[in-house]
Amino acid sequence: MSLKLFLDMISQPCRSVFLFAKKNNLPVEVKLISLKNGEQHTEKFRKVNPLRKVPALKDGDFCMGESIPMMEYMAEKFNTPDHWFPKDLQKRARVNEYLSWQHLGIRMHGSKIFVMKVIDGPVVKLEVPEDKMARAMEDLNWSLDLIEKTFIKDGGFIGGEQISIADLVAIVEIMQPFASGVDVFQGRAKLSAWKERVVQAVGKELFDEAHKTILSAKDSVKQLDSSKVEYFRPLTVLYFL
Amino acid sequence: MSLELFLDMLSQPCRSVFLFAKKNNLPVEVKLISLMNGEQHTEEFGKVNPLRKVPALKDGDFCMGESIPMMEYMAEKFNTPDHWFPKDLQKRARVNEYLSWQHLGIRMHGSKMFWMKLMAPVVFKLEVPEDKMAGAMEDLNSSLDLLEKTFIQDGGFIGGEQISIADLVAIVEVMQPFASGVDVFEGRAKLSAWKERVVQAVGKELFVEAHKTILSAKDSVKQLDSGKIEYFRPRVLKLIS
Repeated sequence: MSLKLFLDMISQPCRSVFLFAKKNNLPVEVKLISLKNGEQHTEKFRKVNPLRKVPALKDGDFCMGESIPMMEYMAEKFNTPDHWFPKDLQKRARVNEYLSWQHLGIRMHGSKIFVMKVIDGPVVKLEVPEDKMARAMEDLNWSLDLIEKTFIKDGGFIGGEQISIADLVAIVEIMQPFASGVDVFQGRAKLSAWKERVVQAVGKELFDEAHKTILSAKDSVKQLDSSKVEYFRPLTVLYFL
Repeated sequence: MSLELFLDMLSQPCRSVFLFAKKNNLPVEVKLISLMNGEQHTEEFGKVNPLRKVPALKDGDFCMGESIPMMEYMAEKFNTPDHWFPKDLQKRARVNEYLSWQHLGIRMHGSKMFWMKLMAPVVFKLEVPEDKMAGAMEDLNSSLDLLEKTFIQDGGFIGGEQISIADLVAIVEVMQPFASGVDVFEGRAKLSAWKERVVQAVGKELFVEAHKTILSAKDSVKQLDSGKIEYFRPRVLKLIS
């Protein structure tokens, strides 16, 4: 029985897991869970992840959540190439350092922008005050600047000369505000160049496949059934009000 | 030359690093950095951690930040007992799952209390709007409930029967709002019992030593001159408005 991954491609951590699993041709079965249709609330999914979050993994009787530990689990179980999660102590530390920083360093900010621009107004019909939007953009810009100047190695990747999990986790977070209409790459030559290297390392076809849902999110939300809107309300309240 | 750790015991991740290093009698030199005295802004410290955050580690020419990767680095370098960071794939996944979740799951919420209950009103003389405080308390309570009900194994620790890094990282975050005046243990028998097990496993004397600074913060912040720590004002304002 192969390992099952429960993903919704609208979610950044689901995309990093997808990219990692597919790039490495891992024997996994991807099951799509639609957050906007409330599929995370089924009894069946609750048994996989009681926190009702995606991504989630089921390996026989063993279940877990949290994308980074999931990728580390799969890397070790399937013995993926070393550069993804280097065994060398200091190289690993450098990758881990980014993976730890990014939760509060960028994930929080990029997610907020996406929810504010794509969900709040268009779906929940909640107007985001200008000052809140401005502050959220300021936070995002600060994050992007740090990633560009401090984390990405000149001409290389976050961990050094080769791509690692850190780059997958970074790129999916950056694509979230990008997909909501913020041109995160404008005026950031180094960030743009790094993005191209990541796309090339992962493969353009796979990168596009992983991102097609999020890149059409702005349009697809227009089709949302208003009854589904209630699933989003807690998310928006959590973030901003 | 021993490994240097740069810590400010007011900070939760500094305390988990301190507990881990001292419990395991690691050959480290602790250098205290006072955030309230702006010591993170010196040129010297900037060379250790360009992000100017604590905790930070210097091992010869190698420098890094981020407490969890730091502890993983030391665990491997000094070959600490397995239970801290189990090598077994699924046990390790369980520990990592908590370590990943907790950044946004509890750290974010517990940290706020220190700023909203102590720094804002006492040092900066800023009033925290009631609805903001209520929202923050609600978030914290949800986090503590999840920690208690989902993560802590009955009669044991987060990772299972033995203490791990996950418990150190959890306890220091729980102690932050506690030290700020929120009785996080009231009405939470399971959480309280787990806390006692953690204190016992780590050693009461060491636990108390690690927490003496934060536990006297309610009084020590009264001596702070907001004029000397203006660099914290934007952060405070962002939290309360």
